[in-house]
Amino acid sequence: MSVMPHLLSMTVLAPFAAALVLFVLPERAGRLIRTVSVLGAAVPLLTSILALRHYDAALRGFQFVEAYPLVPRLGLSWHLGVDGIAVPLLLLTAIIHGTAVFTSWTTTERAKEFYLFLALLVTGVYGVFVSLDLFVLFLFYELAVLPMYVLIGVWGSSMEIEGRGPFGSLFRKIGVGGKDYGAMKLTLYLLAGSAFILVGILLMWVAGAGPMGRPSFDYLALSHVTFSGGLGRSIFLLFYVGFGVLAGIWPFHTWSPDGHAAAPAAGSMMHAGVLMKLGAYGVLRLGFGLLPQAAQQLAWLVGLVAVINIVYGALGAGWQKDIKYLIAYSSVSHMGIVMLGLATLTSVGLAGSVYQMVAHGIMTALFFTLVNLVYHKSHRRDMTAMGGFARSMPGIATFFVIAGLSSLGLPGLAGFVAEFLVFLGAWTSAHPWWAIPGVVGAMITALYVLRAVRTIFLGPARPGDEAPPDAHGVEWVSLVALSSCLVLLGVWPRLLLDPLNAGVADLLARFGS
Amino acid sequence: MIPALVTLCGPLAAFALIGLLPPLRRAGRPAALLSIAGIAVAALASGIQAVPYFRGVAAPATYEFLWAPLTGAPSIRFGLLVDGLSASMAALVALIALLVQVYSLAYMASEKPASLGRYYAYQAFFAFAMLGLVLSHNLLQTYVFWEMVGLGSYLLIGFFWERPEAGRAALKAFWTTRLGDVGFALGILVLWGAAGTFTFTELFAKVGGGAVAGSALSLGLAGITLGAMGKSAQFPFHVWLPDAMEGPTPVSALIHAATMVAAGVYLMVRVAPLLSHAPELMSAIFAIGVLTAFLAATMALVESDIKRVLAFSTVSQLGFMMAAVGSGGAGAAYFHLLTHAFFKALLFLTAGSLIHAVGSNDLFKMGRLARAMPVTAACFAAGALALAGIVPTAGFFSKDEILASVLAGGHPLGFALLVLTAGITAFYIGRAFFLAMLGSHDAEGHAHESPAAMTAPMAVLAVLALVGGALAPSIPRLFAGTIAPPAFEPETAPVFVPILGTLAALSGLALSWLAYQRRSFDPGAVRRAVGPVATLLERRYFVDDAFELVYRRAYLGLSSVVGWFDRYVVDGLVNAATWMTWLVAGRLRGMQNGRVQDALYAVAAGLVLLAWLALGR
Repeated sequence: MSVMPHLLSMTVLAPFAAALVLFVLPERAGRLIRTVSVLGAAVPLLTSILALRHYDAALRGFQFVEAYPLVPRLGLSWHLGVDGIAVPLLLLTAIIHGTAVFTSWTTTERAKEFYLFLALLVTGVYGVFVSLDLFVLFLFYELAVLPMYVLIGVWGSSMEIEGRGPFGSLFRKIGVGGKDYGAMKLTLYLLAGSAFILVGILLMWVAGAGPMGRPSFDYLALSHVTFSGGLGRSIFLLFYVGFGVLAGIWPFHTWSPDGHAAAPAAGSMMHAGVLMKLGAYGVLRLGFGLLPQAAQQLAWLVGLVAVINIVYGALGAGWQKDIKYLIAYSSVSHMGIVMLGLATLTSVGLAGSVYQMVAHGIMTALFFTLVNLVYHKSHRRDMTAMGGFARSMPGIATFFVIAGLSSLGLPGLAGFVAEFLVFLGAWTSAHPWWAIPGVVGAMITALYVLRAVRTIFLGPARPGDEAPPDAHGVEWVSLVALSSCLVLLGVWPRLLLDPLNAGVADLLARFGS
Repeated sequence: MIPALVTLCGPLAAFALIGLLPPLRRAGRPAALLSIAGIAVAALASGIQAVPYFRGVAAPATYEFLWAPLTGAPSIRFGLLVDGLSASMAALVALIALLVQVYSLAYMASEKPASLGRYYAYQAFFAFAMLGLVLSHNLLQTYVFWEMVGLGSYLLIGFFWERPEAGRAALKAFWTTRLGDVGFALGILVLWGAAGTFTFTELFAKVGGGAVAGSALSLGLAGITLGAMGKSAQFPFHVWLPDAMEGPTPVSALIHAATMVAAGVYLMVRVAPLLSHAPELMSAIFAIGVLTAFLAATMALVESDIKRVLAFSTVSQLGFMMAAVGSGGAGAAYFHLLTHAFFKALLFLTAGSLIHAVGSNDLFKMGRLARAMPVTAACFAAGALALAGIVPTAGFFSKDEILASVLAGGHPLGFALLVLTAGITAFYIGRAFFLAMLGSHDAEGHAHESPAAMTAPMAVLAVLALVGGALAPSIPRLFAGTIAPPAFEPETAPVFVPILGTLAALSGLALSWLAYQRRSFDPGAVRRAVGPVATLLERRYFVDDAFELVYRRAYLGLSSVVGWFDRYVVDGLVNAATWMTWLVAGRLRGMQNGRVQDALYAVAAGLVLLAWLALGR
């Protein structure tokens, strides 16, 4: 089983090492900076493919485990391991990270710092997915959240949002739509969420010390403790709100449109593609994994909010004129499907939920790459000022349609498998009616996505417009890689479902029903 | 099973090669030839596969593999089902697709090479999706290919994407059918929840054994029926089909004959053994079918665009098929599906030939084309006779079976309405024929006969439209070779059924001859005499307007409400919190000004407070 010792440590530390090397590299070493960044992305890609290939689904449980005590007195340890749920998410992170590096290939402004912060962020993400020690997990979580402030603040883009009515002067004063506003809002919001998580973790540490005989942050140790009644529900709610903010749960989602619209392409790709999944993963791993009783009691709340997310996000997307906001709202809607899958508490729904994390991650990363290309070539983000772009950028138009089709759940692409599994799970759950707004949400997605395709790419070109050129050279890498993944996951779900089923079975084994 | 795989792989390989090799696509003609080769292989393989089923000597065969392993629920298996129904349908689809693709080679010759390559990539994809749908062995896989067929039609209808109308029509087609698919998806969920399987054979066994019954069965089937209504353009989902005429004419032939709209009826025929367990649903399907048949035929009366006349006629004929399904005559519906595919593809291809020659869709700009285009005229006549249901064309036999099954199902009123509709059908197609081919004035421009690549497929279809009635004895044999063979009783339809049908058709044709050829009376005067009714027909019963209203008010309206609410209320609260923080911070900051006097005042005040606290008690 042990293909390679320290497989997971390598996964986490490779991007961190890349960040360290980047730190000492001179600012002008453009080619070297990119090479180091690619290496920092390639090693985890390789290790996560190995992890997927060698994860023994029949054996189940956490595998590739590494454990070294750090502070025994506090129950702190370097304890890594992945189960069938984390393995696909590792791969997702590696794919998005790799393509994000290629998408920002043309970044020339302070490229060294850009790649450094990107590498730090990714280190944090990998860390969360592999950590089995809650304290270490929390540290990695903070590492994943914070670099985004710098990425948006320095490399982001601004777009003025005009406030109407009594909000007019307030909007100007606060600078709504600007990159400083977006960066600050995103960071403060997520840090507020972190506070909830920290309180939750500390409560578990304290309350778990009694039954275990000594305090511990260890996930496996804590998973044998039963936190029942009000305490369990409180901790669950802390995790749900804390991680849920990052997952974009309604009504704490408004950081996402402003933040994702202001962020640079690689930032939006990482954030909407991977970090939002980190939130959902947190709810799943800590909330559902450690507090099954509370999860069962509060599943109705999670499901209800998820259903609101799906419909509300999809409807909100239809109102947007800025193409980045449209994609951001569609993320809010699609994260609702992830959360709905969790709330079903059925193995089909949970597998679908994680499948949707992967499918949406890839799809939204593709979207943000495309939007970035359209923006750089046409210097526009306002869809109403676009039209007929398919003539001069047929390649970009084609890939945009592929991403859109996956987002509206067209069979043959990854989104369909994920959504359908979630709906199957919902239909067999305690609340079958949840499936209805889910399916209707997919219909609304078809409305706004295809309308956007038509507004941007179809119809006659606007008179007097310079034709924006198609993608070229290295720009194709992300587009081809990400859309191939969408097709692969759409036609061959076994690839992920085998480990996912194992992971979900482990998780549900603790639910008495 | 190998012919079925070859059938699928032919068009799929062509699509993959054209799609993945941009130079091939940009070359145009080589891509076209590759696609034609792919569909020719499929046509050959599916033809060979279908022969034993037509002869009634083959049993159903299935092939399946694990697609999505699940825990806590039965895993999802995908596969192929070859039986009398799917084998014959696959052969039909491949044949029509082949003819259309050959025809397109000449029809689309003036397109730029890259554009032609794109056209054939879509064609290959569309054919693959439809063949996959036909050969699916379970409901979920049917849905998968069903949606792909929808995508194919979206791409082909919007082929001339620079024209705003084409983009709009493509969206309308996709959205309207998808609305039905909301029902389809939910229906699949309901049936899966009740039966725990998607596979047709298992589903039939469970329903037949009574394991699945009652509201779950009715609800699930109702959902599937909604999906079929969307695809097969049944009232009120018919709105997309006339607009779909924005696509290239050969595409219309394909969509209207063997793919897309045929999918809905095919699915209903496939699940017909289940429908018989939900009698209320059967009645509803029958009513919808009759209503659609009648309303669409009346709308065709006032249409001047030749393609739209044919489009409404398709909607109407699909209504006939649905009515047959609803009255328990799935065999009759399927028979009509086959013959309709022949004569409707034929009519569209001849219409394309006319449009190619005249450069306009407007019937009133055509006239006396029979002399310049004899082959096209003869083919159009064959198609028109078959559509009208004149003895001994294919249409006569299949329409007769539908009428007989409706009567046998105990629906005398529906029977009367369908006979009337048959008369209207003959009238509007006669009108189109006389206006375009004979008439009193010459067409604009210099009309000329189309090249052989166009006339040859037309000729093949014309022969099929004329002699397709000979398939009638094969239908029971095909159904005997399905996974749920019905207990066929030799139906002895009353002899007045064919007589009534023929009388209706002949009087329709005669009336159109009087109105548009002899000019015995002025159709314009009739139109003026029934003003409001004509307006109602021209506005298509305001169904399009109703959809438009729902889209604008309900969707766009709700969307702006949510968007506004999010920006100004939800986010407004967030921004208000920021603002409050600033406000409070601004006040508090005033205290930390570093002036010694202020600090001393504070110290003094604190001392007074402490003294008061200490002494006051």
